[in-house]
Amino acid sequence: MSTHHITVTINGKPHEADVESRLLLVHFLRENLNMTGTHIGCDTTSCGACTVLFNGKPVKSCTVFTVQADGAEVRTVEGLATNGKLHPIQEGFHEKHGLQCGFCTPGMMMTSAALLEQNPHPTEDEIRWGISGNLCRCTGYTNIVKAIQYAAEKMAE
Amino acid sequence: MIPPTFDYIAPQTLSEAVALLGQNEHAKILAGGQSLIPMMRFRLASPAVLVDINRIDGLSYISEENGWLKIGAMTRESTVDQSPIVHEKYPLLADTARVIADPLVRNMATVGGNLAHADPANDHPATMIAYGAQVVATGPGGERVIPIEEFFVSLFESSLAPNEILTEIRIPASQPRSGSPRSGSPRSGGAYLKLERKVGDFATVAVAVQVQLDAAGNIASAGIGLTNVGLTPIKAVAAENYLRGKAPSSDNIRHAAQLAADAAEPNPDYRGSEDYKRSLVKTYTIRALRKAVERAKGG
Repeated sequence: MSTHHITVTINGKPHEADVESRLLLVHFLRENLNMTGTHIGCDTTSCGACTVLFNGKPVKSCTVFTVQADGAEVRTVEGLATNGKLHPIQEGFHEKHGLQCGFCTPGMMMTSAALLEQNPHPTEDEIRWGISGNLCRCTGYTNIVKAIQYAAEKMAE
Repeated sequence: MIPPTFDYIAPQTLSEAVALLGQNEHAKILAGGQSLIPMMRFRLASPAVLVDINRIDGLSYISEENGWLKIGAMTRESTVDQSPIVHEKYPLLADTARVIADPLVRNMATVGGNLAHADPANDHPATMIAYGAQVVATGPGGERVIPIEEFFVSLFESSLAPNEILTEIRIPASQPRSGSPRSGSPRSGGAYLKLERKVGDFATVAVAVQVQLDAAGNIASAGIGLTNVGLTPIKAVAAENYLRGKAPSSDNIRHAAQLAADAAEPNPDYRGSEDYKRSLVKTYTIRALRKAVERAKGG
């Protein structure tokens, strides 16, 4: 077993910690930093509830060791809103009823925020393809797609 | 689920990484980690040491050189999926990168890891078999080139030595298609067709096909690889041999597809019975061959 001193920037703020090699990024966020916005769903790299942006790209934080994030930039759902103002994607989920139980929502929003950064005007197919690694067990995909479309329009204004 | 304990080392150079493998009998390479980390969490793998090669520069690239498309082992699947040269000239590879796991996994997962894991359910193995690719292994003595048909030994077992790292994949460079200035010269096309129950699942069955047409429009050569219907990815040799020199007619394609189905050794599981999977191999081989030929003709 090895322990490592790491520095990782989360939502723009640097964090230093000594972590065990086997500590998964999602556990570091939730348990060490008490940032519980990132959810653990399936625990088996299937559902995407734990999605965070790792150097700008959406990844499943249950399948990355914290030590791999040494020197990296991580963005979580807590970093979406700025100065108390909702991110357009959060506004979209609110306006278009993009959530029912809300469990998949943080992951959905992180994936769609990255999608819109890469492709500001996605077609419906591109949206559905883009979120195909995030599962909504309420099967509320129709409104999730509408929420992302809302955000795309809002961001284009 | 929390993985067992291990020592973690992230070397900066390839030679350091190779040396670490030599010093630690139970070491494993950590590439994208999208197969290894789940296996560790399920306690199906418990390496004593993880050698993380993500911090080694120069292992991520896609470039054509000396008659090969060279892919660095640490190239992420999402990079392959977004590569203009892959989309333009390597449709079989483009098809494959698009259906591996899901978009989130593809941001971490690497081409080298997909092959080195030697899981017959992974998608690149069949594709690389269809291409007749080569794998470059780097060990203490330098580089060694392994033809893909010698790479997969058994379930999760490749011909890499314990102190070797897969560093590059080489695909024979694509020939110009018809419509190009050299129309009439040999041209190639390929396709990967995968049946999956849902995005992110392993293939129930998938078929990779790469064909080369001659000037007369006959099949000069065909490569056919099968995913998840045996202990290793399967090269459908009889089907490949049958097609050589033949017209891509419906009858010839059907006959070759039957030979491919005969080569499959599927296990029954919750994805389907043995008969069902064998029958799917035939259907998917027919469709993949048709699509590959269409693409070779410039369709």
